[in-house]
Amino acid sequence: MKRLLLTLALVLPLVAGCTKKENEIVIGEYDSLTGSDATFGLSSNKGVRLALDEVNAAGGIKGKKISLVTLDDQGKNEEAAAAVTRLINQNKVVAIIGGVASGRSKAAGPIAQNAKVPFLSPASTNPDVTKIGDYVFRICFIDPFQGFVMAKFASENLKLKKVAILRDVKNDYSVGLADVFAEEFKKRGGEITNDLSYQAGDIDFKAQLTQIRSKNPEGIYVPGYYTEVGLISQQARQLGIKVPLMGGDGWDSDKLSEIGKEAVNGNYYSNHYTTESTDPSVTEFIKKFKAKYNETPDALAALGYDAGKILAAAIERAPDLSGKSIRDELAKTKDFAGVTGKITLNENRDAVKSAVIIQVDGNNRKYITTITP
Amino acid sequence: MQDFIQHIINGISLGSIYALIALGYTMVYGILKMINFAHSDVYMVGAFAAYYFARWMGIENNPGISSLITLLLVSMVCCSLLGLVIERLAYRPLRNAPKLNILITAIGVSLFLEYSGQVVFGADPKVFPSVINDFVLFNIGNVELKSFDVTVLVVSIIAMVALQFLIFKTKIGRAMRAVSSNASVASLMGVNPDRIIAFTFVVGSALAGVGSVLVGMKYPKIDPLMGMMIGMKAFVAAVLGGIGNLGGAVLGALIMGLSEEMVVAYLSSTYRDALAFGILIVILIFKPAGLLGKYSVEKV
Repeated sequence: MKRLLLTLALVLPLVAGCTKKENEIVIGEYDSLTGSDATFGLSSNKGVRLALDEVNAAGGIKGKKISLVTLDDQGKNEEAAAAVTRLINQNKVVAIIGGVASGRSKAAGPIAQNAKVPFLSPASTNPDVTKIGDYVFRICFIDPFQGFVMAKFASENLKLKKVAILRDVKNDYSVGLADVFAEEFKKRGGEITNDLSYQAGDIDFKAQLTQIRSKNPEGIYVPGYYTEVGLISQQARQLGIKVPLMGGDGWDSDKLSEIGKEAVNGNYYSNHYTTESTDPSVTEFIKKFKAKYNETPDALAALGYDAGKILAAAIERAPDLSGKSIRDELAKTKDFAGVTGKITLNENRDAVKSAVIIQVDGNNRKYITTITP
Repeated sequence: MQDFIQHIINGISLGSIYALIALGYTMVYGILKMINFAHSDVYMVGAFAAYYFARWMGIENNPGISSLITLLLVSMVCCSLLGLVIERLAYRPLRNAPKLNILITAIGVSLFLEYSGQVVFGADPKVFPSVINDFVLFNIGNVELKSFDVTVLVVSIIAMVALQFLIFKTKIGRAMRAVSSNASVASLMGVNPDRIIAFTFVVGSALAGVGSVLVGMKYPKIDPLMGMMIGMKAFVAAVLGGIGNLGGAVLGALIMGLSEEMVVAYLSSTYRDALAFGILIVILIFKPAGLLGKYSVEKV
């Protein structure tokens, strides 16, 4: 049995490679369809499929249909690298839509770069991902951008002058957001009253919060993950701190309210997209997504959808199907009206786009505003 | 000044939680001369037992003193049973083995509980129900004293006094002291050391159960690895106070809680865990028996 499976595993891709038709454009995708963060990968994959199905329904690209080959990386870096190698060598894809996690993009990106196959990640936010090379792109904003967004929101919309920072020193993501927030907030004439730290896994934050309380800031920026943020909000309210807390997309979980209860209400965080947006392109996307999959799309589904659309548009514009032509057209993506905002790729192949600010209200996530760079 | 007082209150409140767990370490050490590293994981299981019981009974919807007492009892019973099982299956077969073997077994049991906990309960954190309402007892200016902080401190002091009474004023306590000083001689005098040791595990684990419910209510995030750090800190507290000494465990735990709070408040949270182990090293160098401990040569 084992031998049979092994033979099949070896032969099937060859057969699949052979069946490639001339009137088809093959796009590769790898994602975590199983494994610990499978929900992210499945969402993103659904978004990509929806986008490419729409392109096919509208007549495809240059008279050819797009066929999508999706491989599972099981949430593992080495599987992602293997998947990309297979997509390039066996499936002969013209371009690859990458996975969600930054770590796996870092493992798989260099392979695409060496083979000169354009690689587009929907959701890898780590700044280093696009530094791999000129064939690697992303359509999500990078981590530090959220720090910028919140600083702008705090000073322009909330009109805050004094803000304290509480960052997770163990977490690159949190440190990145906090640094950019501090820099930008000071540039706008604000004052950082305290810049304190905690470590993921801590449960007691009263020492830091007591210190923050003595400086009377008008807000606290906590760019961490929801588990600690829930406890921090609760302990802040227990100490009588009534000012709002602010954070990033690491807050985006139902567990936030479960842990923090009513203490998290009224706090703000930045995110990629909101289902509450009244933008017609967003409402239509949600309608189509619900019709196809019978569920509400989350931020990763929206990012996957945009990735599919942007790649299809680039292939459409490209004079031929060579990696170089598609790459050049991808790099020219400008003011693309996506579900997750207006997307322009800059010279670093990162997306320059807007972010949304969400306010926590029980289990509801109230859309407050969109912040553009 | 207000901040300083607040820091002291926060520190005592944190320390009293360490105290409840440190008492378990110190008790088992006092009788068996072994470190039960699985103690902090018994505490974790207690928290989950209370969590699932509360969900099953719908206790989260009617908070009050009676719910608290029910949960405390459930957690204490579960922890005691687990303590008994661990003692019977993992430690008793090694009773006459070298100390090192028992130490390694204890670490093994601890890892076993932590990682099977992740399989059984799931690795994502759960939210402990709020069983009683936390309210402000009094506040002066910005300084607040919460009912909860006082409850935890009072419970750990009651536990310490009750243990002290149990050990020095009761028959079973006398038996415990006899086993502690020399198990084989004690058995010649009609004491059954196995029963006394099992009893010690029951009492120690029950204390961990009390601790788990109190911690669960104060910091409502519980997960299968929640015992790791708090267990290490409580162990350091027990060594600091003089392991085997009940008063020492509470004293050590309060010192730990206060110094941790002060370090985070006036230096940086990065030093929080480094401090605990720094204290351990300094104590072992300068006063190996701990603050209240008596010095004796120990072969491990």
